[in-house]
Amino acid sequence: MSNKLNHSMSLARPDALHITTKQTVALITGIVGLFILVLALLNTVFPNKGLFLTAALGLITIGIVVYSREAYNSKLEGIKNDGQWFKSISSRGVWGWVLGVVLTGFYVVLYFYPKYLGLGQGVDGSNTGLIALFDPLSQLLSGRNASQWFVYGTLYTLAILAFGYKFILKYKHNRYQQIRTVSVMFFQLGFAFLIPEFMYVMNNDLPYYDLKSVWPLNYYLFDEWSVNAFLSNGIIGLALIIFGILSIFVITPILTYKYGKRWYCSWVCGCGGLAETAGDSFRHLSSKKLSAWKLERWLIHTVLVFSIVMTTAMVYTYLGYDKNDFWLTRGVFISLVIGFLTFVFVGVLYFKRQELGKDAKSGAIGYFAVLALLLIMHFTGTTEHVFFVKGGALRSAYGIYIGSIFSGVIGTGFYPILGSRSWCRFGCPMAAILGFQQRLFSKFRITTNGGQCISCGNCSNSCEMGIDVRHYAQKGENIVRSSCVGCGICSAVCPRGVLKLENDTLKGRINPTEILLGNDVDLMDLVNQK
Amino acid sequence: MEHIVIIGNGISGVTTARHIRKLSDKKITIVSAETDYFFSRTALMYIYMGHMKFEHTQPYENWFWKKNRIDLKKGYVKTVDTENKILHFAEGDTLQYDKLVIATGSKPNKFGWPGQDLEGVMGMYHKQDLDNLEAHAPNNKVCKRAVIVGGGLIGIELAEMLNSRSIPVTFLVRENSFWNGVLPSGESEMINRHIKNHHIDLRLSTNLKEIKSDENGKVKSVIIEETGEEIECNVVGLTAGVSPNVSFLKDSGFELGRGVKVNRFLETNIESVYAIGDCAEQHQAIGNRRPIEAVWYTGRMMGETLAQTICGNRMEYKPGHWFNSAKFMDIEYQTYGWVFSERSKKEYEQHFHWKHEDDTKCITVAYHKDTNKFLGINTFGIRMRHEVFDRWLSEERDVDYVIKNLTEANFDPEFYKRFEAEILSTYNQQLQTA
Repeated sequence: MSNKLNHSMSLARPDALHITTKQTVALITGIVGLFILVLALLNTVFPNKGLFLTAALGLITIGIVVYSREAYNSKLEGIKNDGQWFKSISSRGVWGWVLGVVLTGFYVVLYFYPKYLGLGQGVDGSNTGLIALFDPLSQLLSGRNASQWFVYGTLYTLAILAFGYKFILKYKHNRYQQIRTVSVMFFQLGFAFLIPEFMYVMNNDLPYYDLKSVWPLNYYLFDEWSVNAFLSNGIIGLALIIFGILSIFVITPILTYKYGKRWYCSWVCGCGGLAETAGDSFRHLSSKKLSAWKLERWLIHTVLVFSIVMTTAMVYTYLGYDKNDFWLTRGVFISLVIGFLTFVFVGVLYFKRQELGKDAKSGAIGYFAVLALLLIMHFTGTTEHVFFVKGGALRSAYGIYIGSIFSGVIGTGFYPILGSRSWCRFGCPMAAILGFQQRLFSKFRITTNGGQCISCGNCSNSCEMGIDVRHYAQKGENIVRSSCVGCGICSAVCPRGVLKLENDTLKGRINPTEILLGNDVDLMDLVNQK
Repeated sequence: MEHIVIIGNGISGVTTARHIRKLSDKKITIVSAETDYFFSRTALMYIYMGHMKFEHTQPYENWFWKKNRIDLKKGYVKTVDTENKILHFAEGDTLQYDKLVIATGSKPNKFGWPGQDLEGVMGMYHKQDLDNLEAHAPNNKVCKRAVIVGGGLIGIELAEMLNSRSIPVTFLVRENSFWNGVLPSGESEMINRHIKNHHIDLRLSTNLKEIKSDENGKVKSVIIEETGEEIECNVVGLTAGVSPNVSFLKDSGFELGRGVKVNRFLETNIESVYAIGDCAEQHQAIGNRRPIEAVWYTGRMMGETLAQTICGNRMEYKPGHWFNSAKFMDIEYQTYGWVFSERSKKEYEQHFHWKHEDDTKCITVAYHKDTNKFLGINTFGIRMRHEVFDRWLSEERDVDYVIKNLTEANFDPEFYKRFEAEILSTYNQQLQTA
């Protein structure tokens, strides 16, 4: 045989690190699609907006689909991470930074300067530029012109669908990954994108409500305008707001108990959906340092406290000047909140005291911080002020700093720098609540397979939440962590079959050991039975 | 304070150090000439493939060692003065110890092939081998072909590595089927096909005769023993097994076989000196195990055991049921208990073999042909639970029980297709025809 034998016979893509001609064409196709959007942004007036919008979105989709098929369909099934730390875009190289700056810039304009996207810049407040390009689609779905949120929602959904397809091809040997990805694609397209539009068509007084977006992630759900809009819409509005309350207090705890927080974070949630699909190429960039974990615990719980105080203050404020014959007065409301928090706090301290250890301290501090703030709020007499700040001001601060800057600009704009889940990990108050439930009251865990770990680090490397999975696996210990979103990639990339996501009994779920399975039984007993 | 010095910062040495620290306040120093910090040797391949960077293969952050008062010393031990308990380093300095642990691991075998020390010839064991490979095979322009000599676990990993950079690979295997000294033929042949599906030029029953040099002392080609064929290449990977890395101990009074001879307490013939991991050789093999066990898991287990002995609880190395794992390109392999190849199995060992039609999954269950006692299982492409098989081996279950209860042992991710029913029906059919 000669030296040349591999080239012509190759079923597999001959060069793993460089893209093929077909992929180059696919890339160019996608870029042409993007270029149409850029032209629109620069106020190019297209003769037929519907046609050009279709072309733009179509070309982007075709580009991603063809690129992915070429990347994965010609290869044998398996883990496809070759070169992820070599490629500039996925290893914080020049292209990574360029993408980060572009995405961040987009978010800044979207949240703070939508007029540059063309919002209401035309005659009589009609749209121009990029937003105008999306008018035909918006008209088609709900009979109104597009807003910046409609543009964003469309691109967001497109990203989840197209990159979701890519992800499904990448993990064609892994049904857990495929089903999970179909699920996030479904919830994004249906619940976040289409259903709200149709709801508007049916009843245009209802506020935008993505049913799967649960308070406190959906921090504006209990805003005065939102609640008023729901309540002024009769039985449907009332049903929706009751559903919103049940979501966080009843549905969420039950599902998290049975399946862990993954039922939401990596199967339903839109933020998670984008991270798992478009963000997949950046998942390994999250920091696994112990210091990052420490920062995470303080930051995410601070945001949670902030969101609880903010929401309570908001509701408290508008309860004040609402009609006084309503049973829910300020006094009743603040007592309910304090009562509920105390119930959770005391319950956890009593039933879970042996599992808490150090975490209890931060939990207690957070609890008392909320309580103190609420009480000060109630008894300072100045009904609208919390720490001399108006409830409304607190709400807008939350909206700007957490809702826009943290979750959008940093959370998504920094994908190529901080990894795909920095918002989910450091900021999302919903994730904090689900994580609390998952750590203390859930059947979910990642089981470690006896003594089979070889400490290679593939699991930790691919954890988008920055969990040092190996730290547990190499001790033969199950992974039970608040932050785990159950994406299952650690299990997929493990070369030795060590990790399995499972829902099982609570007993023995957390099982730290010193000596791993496989050694002398007497030694294991001696050291582990302490 | 007693000073424990450990030569070697691999899994054996580091496990010993960690456990000594848990049990005592002794002064601990780990010596290594290879790297500053402990890394997972088994993960070296993923660095070349771009899945991870070197720092990701380090299981502990760099502050860990200081925090746990484990001193790290970079240096190459040239000789050991056991009389005065002093280590002499190639760099000229010395280190005094009270107890010494030798955990120096292995080095790649070289069988005296002409040209085996040329530039571009390398093993794949040390961090330096990886650096060497990166230098000689950065891409398929610089390295137009690589030849791998030796069909074992490291050989197939090296093939996968080179494949990830689209470097054509010729894989010379002495045996007539891949790793069939260890694997039963059904499995071994499935792996042969899997290797070829990855477009690797697998040459079975083929030996290396010599490696030829160009005018600059670099690899130019290899010559095949059987056919005399010359294969041009830029890199030659020598992966024909490993042997204990103990030559520096030659004149120190140690009883040496291939490795450092130890008793069941992992003690060498010299007092206060122990040897563990790949470099230790048992006087008498333990059960079906080999006298030298060059496996990650056994290195760790010896470390766990020796820490007890050093901290005053003298303990025998008494490993439990055998287990191991590997990954052949895309096919994961796990084994629990003992399944021997046709070449080395005893006459009482009988096999039940099932293979999935897609040719990437199979299992082999070994049992005693008279008593039906379950002896072990090899599983390819299906993950199984260590804990369950460990229990079944202790309970001395029979083969019927194991096959009927395989569901309990399944460890594949949720929603994966399950094969227990198919395996059971194949098993029943084979019983009827047998």
